[in-house]
Amino acid sequence: MTLAVDVEPAQPWTADEMMTVAAARQLHDGAACFVGIGLPSTAANLARATHAPDLVLVYESGCLGAKPDRLPLSIGDGVLADDADAVVSVAEVFNYWLQPGRIDVGFLGAAQLDRFANINTTVIGGTYAQPKVRLPGAGGAPEIAASCREVVIVVRQSLRTFVDRLDFVTSVGFGSGAGDRERLGLRGAGPRVVITDIGILEPDAETRELTLTHLHPGATVEQARAATGWPLAVADEVSATTPPTEEELRVLRRLEATKSTPVGVT
Amino acid sequence: MAEISSLRHAVSSLVRDGDVVAMEGFTHLIPFAAAHEVIRQQRRDLTLVRMTPDLIYDQLIGMGCARSLVFSWGGNPGVGSLHRFRDAVENGWPVPLELEEHSHAGMANRYVAGASGLPFAVLRGYTGTDLPLHTANIASIVCPFTGETLTAVPALQPDVTIVHAQRADRHGNVQMWGIVGVQKEAVLAAKRSLVTVEEIVDRLEPVAGQVILPSWAVTAVAEVPGGAHPSYTHGYSERDNDFYVQWDAISRDRDTFLAWMKENVLDLERVGATDGRVP
Repeated sequence: MTLAVDVEPAQPWTADEMMTVAAARQLHDGAACFVGIGLPSTAANLARATHAPDLVLVYESGCLGAKPDRLPLSIGDGVLADDADAVVSVAEVFNYWLQPGRIDVGFLGAAQLDRFANINTTVIGGTYAQPKVRLPGAGGAPEIAASCREVVIVVRQSLRTFVDRLDFVTSVGFGSGAGDRERLGLRGAGPRVVITDIGILEPDAETRELTLTHLHPGATVEQARAATGWPLAVADEVSATTPPTEEELRVLRRLEATKSTPVGVT
Repeated sequence: MAEISSLRHAVSSLVRDGDVVAMEGFTHLIPFAAAHEVIRQQRRDLTLVRMTPDLIYDQLIGMGCARSLVFSWGGNPGVGSLHRFRDAVENGWPVPLELEEHSHAGMANRYVAGASGLPFAVLRGYTGTDLPLHTANIASIVCPFTGETLTAVPALQPDVTIVHAQRADRHGNVQMWGIVGVQKEAVLAAKRSLVTVEEIVDRLEPVAGQVILPSWAVTAVAEVPGGAHPSYTHGYSERDNDFYVQWDAISRDRDTFLAWMKENVLDLERVGATDGRVP
């Protein structure tokens, strides 16, 4: 009989699950949330299925108050229209709903992010005309980043994504620092928090530079620094993210499982 | 009055080489069958306009129909890259592709201006981004009443707009519902328009959330059941998500792509129910 080696037991969740749960917790019940597809949509639907049943999901396809019973596979999935409070044109969703500041939270991803939470989703490397990698581009993001009352960003943290200098500014966080949003006339407050698979970053109250404030269970400051392409600012006291609850994991996994479920004719 | 036409005849008479062509449909109601007919008729030097290029423009670009692309988000939704689009931008294959790049808000407003008969639209947009450095069609404008600086984008006025809808009546009045995107604006902004529909019926029963395009605002209607596949038609078909995933592998390699297009588009005559009846 051998004695068990004294090691940390493997966490019963993945880094992506922790990231999605942490992102969902940022959404308060009753808020109107402009949701992009992918991680933001998963997190927003997790929030609606757990602590925020009255979260208003707004999709750029024109679905206001969408209530999908499974994860939508695209921004224009028919399940978003089925039980929505209203389905409006794309021009209306941007002009009447986003532009005047009616949306509380914009939920964005990023291919590249810099220390002031500016986002690139357009090109990487080379020149604009002849890039090394051509990404999809802006979509709704520039105006979501500008006009929502606040922005939550969800992105996996690595040297590839957390870069010293963006190859292209697709959406503005805090520009080159404090005062830039006001100078540009952007009416929303900008990014409130960046959720990654390692931890949580928040803009410094004075400089607006992203500062590591939380680490997910098992993650270290060294790990966060090694995944950041600039000298990472770290808060004096870094808190530990509360691990996912059984309920959060159960609901998240149930939602993820619906992605592969075939759907009938609507 | 819209002419009820075959798809082949409608494309042949409405889409010309060098045209500015908009094919809209926001994930929903994407007019794939009409695009395939454009490919079969070998249109060239098109300026393709669309908010979300999607697989439909990946196919047109890869088949060499496009000279330039006006867009705001060019990906395979929920899957990844559009490989033919990327190959054209990164390597100039099969022909170089000029880009005019916008945001969704900018594109939607450009259609609204076009539909409204205005030369440009005003919005709060693009501010602080690098898009105005590369897109000449984004400018600042000062509000004459408040002095506030806003953004102006020129109207989109396509030579022809093509959309898909659920149904039309025998007079050519068109009815669509579900996610209606920018289809109405894109049709009203265009000089000519073609609407493919799932079915032509005697009477359009009202549906919640419907958008009606009156016959006299549409140039041609063609009955093409399943004409939005692999996207979907709310109430008629579901999105073929598996095909969107499969497209990643099909489109990654030039030869695989060309073989797929030959077998599934060039050698295949997808005909509407009215094909042959109207010249």
